[in-house]
Amino acid sequence: MMKRDECLKVLARHRKDAIVVAVYMAAQELIHISPNDLNYTFTGAMGQGSSHGLGLALGRPDKRVIVLDGDGSLLMNLGSLVTIANAAPKNYVHCLCENGTYETNGSVPIPRAGQIRFTELAKAAGYRRTYEFSKIEDWDRELDKIIREDGPIFVDLKMEPGEQYPEDFRRLYSIEYRDKFRQALKSS
Amino acid sequence: MADRMLKAEDIIREIKRAGIRFIVALPDRVTSQHLLKPMLQDPDFKVVQVCKEDEGVSICSGLFAAGQRSLLLMQYTGLLDSVNALRGVAIEGQNPVCMMVGLLGKEPDVAPTQSKKYGVKIIEPILDAMGIEHHWVEASADAHKIVPAIETAYARTRPVALLIGREPT
Repeated sequence: MMKRDECLKVLARHRKDAIVVAVYMAAQELIHISPNDLNYTFTGAMGQGSSHGLGLALGRPDKRVIVLDGDGSLLMNLGSLVTIANAAPKNYVHCLCENGTYETNGSVPIPRAGQIRFTELAKAAGYRRTYEFSKIEDWDRELDKIIREDGPIFVDLKMEPGEQYPEDFRRLYSIEYRDKFRQALKSS
Repeated sequence: MADRMLKAEDIIREIKRAGIRFIVALPDRVTSQHLLKPMLQDPDFKVVQVCKEDEGVSICSGLFAAGQRSLLLMQYTGLLDSVNALRGVAIEGQNPVCMMVGLLGKEPDVAPTQSKKYGVKIIEPILDAMGIEHHWVEASADAHKIVPAIETAYARTRPVALLIGREPT
C-alpha cells in the first residue's frame, strides 16, 4: 500500500508537460505537491473526471492526459471505461487512486471495498494496457514508460492517506484557474 | 405545409456553420435516423458515443478547455438524467455545453409545455429553473436559431439547449 502524497510526488517528478486531471483528495494534494497551470481540477460533479479527461485528450491529441480518478468516483461513472476504450485516445492514462473509501464524504467504505478488480473491468472494457501498483518503487520505476506508451492505459494505484494538506474547494473549482488552464494549454 | 417540415440537412448545415466538429451522442429515436447516422458517416464530424449522457456534459467541457467546439446530441430523458452534471459542470463551472435534445413523444405543432407527455412538458420549466437558455426547433424555418444560439453559448461560456420538436426527415 502506498501513501497518496508519495504517489503524487512520483507523478510530479515524471509528468513533464502532461495535463493532469484530478478529483477530490488527489486534486486537493496535487495543487500543493505539483502546482502547475496544466492541472485540471474543475470537474464539477462526482464521477466526471474521466470524462473531462477524455474531452481534453480528444481535443489535444498532441498532449498526454493523465487522469487521477477515485474508486468511488469511477463506480459512479463506470460506463466511461467503455466510452474511453471506444474513443481510444492514444494519449490517455487513467490512474485510479484506490483507497477503498469515499474519503471526502466521511471515509465510508465503497461497496465491495478491496474486492473489485478494477484492472479487469478496464481490460474487459477494452483499454489497451493495464497496470496495478502497491509499492512506490514499482510506480516510480514504471511511470516514465507508461507515460510514453500508446493508450488508453489504466493504472490501479493501491493507496492510503499520507501527509495531510489543506483542503481548498474554491481553488479546485475556480473559473479563474480554469481560464488560466485554457490559456496555458493554448500556448503549450 | 412544406415549411412545417424539419429537414435534417438544414440542421446539419447549421451545426457545421457554427464551427462544431465534435458530436458527443447517445442515440435518441427522434434524431438517430436522420441526424446521428449521417453524422457517423460524415468526415467533417468526429462522433464520440457515450454510455450515459452526463459523461457527454463533461466531455464537451474538456473539449472546450482544449479549444474545440462540440454538440451533445441526446433525448430529453438524458437531459433529465444529467441535471447534476449540468448544475455543477455546465452552470457553476461556466462551460458552453451545447445540447441538441430530441423531445420524444411531443405532439406535432404543440408547444412542449402544452404536451400531454409529462416528461416533455417539464423540460422547459426545468431549464428555466436552472437558468439554461433554450430554443425550440420544430420546422426548417427554425434552423436559423442554431448558429446564434451556439455562438452566444461560447461567447458567454454558458450552456444552451436546442429542443428538437419533431423527427427531422
